[in-house]
Amino acid sequence: MSAQPADGVAVPALETVDVRKTYHVGGGMFRARRALHAVTGVSLRVSHGSVLGLVGESGCGKTTLAKMLLGLETPTGGEIRVLGEAVATSDRRRMARRVQPVFQDPYSSLNPRKTISSIISLPLRVHGLGDRAEVARRVADIMELVGLPKRLASVYPNQLSGGQRQRVAVARALIMRPEVVICDEPTSALDVSVQAQILNLLQDLRAELGLTYIVISHNLAVVEHIATEVAVMYLGRIVEQTDTRTLFKAPRHPYTRALLASVLTPEPGLGVPDTHLGTAFPNPVDPPPGCTFHPRCAEVMDVCPKQAPRPVDVDGAKVECHLYG
Amino acid sequence: MENLSVDIPLAGGVLHPVRDVSFTVEAGRTLAIVGESGCGKSLTSLAIMELLPKSATRTADRLDFAGQSLLRLSEGEMADIRGDRMAMIFQDPMTSLNPAYTIGNQLEEALLRHRRVSRREARDRAVFLLEKVGITAAESRLGQYPHQLSGGLRQRVMIAMGLMCGPKLIIADEPTTALDVTIQAQILLLLAELQKEFGMALILITHDLGVVARVADRVAVMYAGQIVETGTAEEVFRHPTHPYTRGLLECIPIPGKTEPGAHLGSIPGIVPALVGDLHGCSFRERCELAHDACSKPRIVPVRELGQRRGYRCVLSPQEMASEIREAGVG
Repeated sequence: MSAQPADGVAVPALETVDVRKTYHVGGGMFRARRALHAVTGVSLRVSHGSVLGLVGESGCGKTTLAKMLLGLETPTGGEIRVLGEAVATSDRRRMARRVQPVFQDPYSSLNPRKTISSIISLPLRVHGLGDRAEVARRVADIMELVGLPKRLASVYPNQLSGGQRQRVAVARALIMRPEVVICDEPTSALDVSVQAQILNLLQDLRAELGLTYIVISHNLAVVEHIATEVAVMYLGRIVEQTDTRTLFKAPRHPYTRALLASVLTPEPGLGVPDTHLGTAFPNPVDPPPGCTFHPRCAEVMDVCPKQAPRPVDVDGAKVECHLYG
Repeated sequence: MENLSVDIPLAGGVLHPVRDVSFTVEAGRTLAIVGESGCGKSLTSLAIMELLPKSATRTADRLDFAGQSLLRLSEGEMADIRGDRMAMIFQDPMTSLNPAYTIGNQLEEALLRHRRVSRREARDRAVFLLEKVGITAAESRLGQYPHQLSGGLRQRVMIAMGLMCGPKLIIADEPTTALDVTIQAQILLLLAELQKEFGMALILITHDLGVVARVADRVAVMYAGQIVETGTAEEVFRHPTHPYTRGLLECIPIPGKTEPGAHLGSIPGIVPALVGDLHGCSFRERCELAHDACSKPRIVPVRELGQRRGYRCVLSPQEMASEIREAGVG
């Protein structure tokens, strides 16, 4: 992977190079603080206009990664670049303008004591953009864009349905005209009929505004539907990354296969699959040696507990597994 | 169960969250109740268990459990059944386990309450069931507190707790919603195995159509407090009839069937308020087939499509079939 954009090669909308994040957690009273490696060396490249789906079980570090991309956490190591510009060395406000979040739960991420128009316009006011009339005009524009009726501008979040709240969250993210939108579980708090509306909205907006999305979700059906590329995370590492079609057609990593096998599609008569992922998710403070997936892997070999696998290229997919070494 | 209704008096009138719900579950079988938030599926289960809020009233024509009517039981008699022959697994294992007691304590409680057993026997049973639900080192887990366990483990503890007395009926309210897909598959597999082994009836309450299709024998689709379609899982998923069921199935992307990036179907509008005097079909404002007749009848009749297969709509099966053909679905 070239770190410097060569001439003629498009600058990726978002790029991370070997990003790491380590927390120090207390082990309890009288115990030493221990290092928790939440994200251990993630390198991603998201080209302009694409949608990267980030999947993995809870605790695998996907939200920590998202926080770093948003500038809410500082990486312990590595570099994040937005449009080729390193986040660490640039102005925080300017970065915030380019990368905006849509959070999971529209019930807790909207201030209950602010009106909808004031929630949506907050980013503009923080950045000191436009006078009152300009702000009001942009709020009206964006509300129309996300399909919120005008009359809702002066109401409070508790008067809205879940779907409407999530539209407010999308409007708030888009009012700064960002390049990259990071959606952390954008639909998991919503009913299926509303989920479909929000997914349709996100798709339309991407086409209309030329946005780049990073969609974090544990719902693989949603990821397959909306993403163009998928990265599978396990214990702070990306174990497989490729385009959506390849990943769902020919998953390489045993973990990806197990994940895909556990998806319950609404087809009666198939029963519940047995994924053989027996033991629970390992403790990230005390990760297994070698390949961190080996205690749960169905195809574990002698080498797995001894040596961590290196990322290898398998027909265009980047996979971290000894099976392809 | 026949014509179960729940009414809750509110400041603005009487709320009817559950209306005329009827169903049967046989031993060893699974009935799934599906619907979106607020459709009354959770209240239905609480009504069976007699765990409704104090202000709510329950009425039913018939509510039989293993040949015994539950309608005229006293609070004490109901408490004897609850947790013993009828158990419930709640949605959120984070909030429904008591943080101040050990896992062992909470597991043994039900058995000690309902059976004349010694602490030792209760403990053995708890260890046996924890191992059954796939928890390793069960013996040592008994002394742990809920916060020391992960979400998947806590959910397993909840299941083990439901099984302590060997119930005839288990009501599982969104048992896997808070879990990762990998854990979800394991828990569902486990429930199915245990059900086969102990011959339990299972009422599974969920909004996840994938779970329903894979686990349920029979399905009841609920909307606005009423069951709008029933049938076997095969029938309901292969030939959905009620417009709401069809709408729901179009909303979810199905890997391999839905074109990636294509527009998903959606159901416009919102669920109506269920306060006051209700009449007509409650889905009519969101239904693409709605016409004048939909608001006329007080109670929309259930149309029979065969044995224990029906849907609630003003359109007759013939009319519906031609509508479905015209819409080009089904």
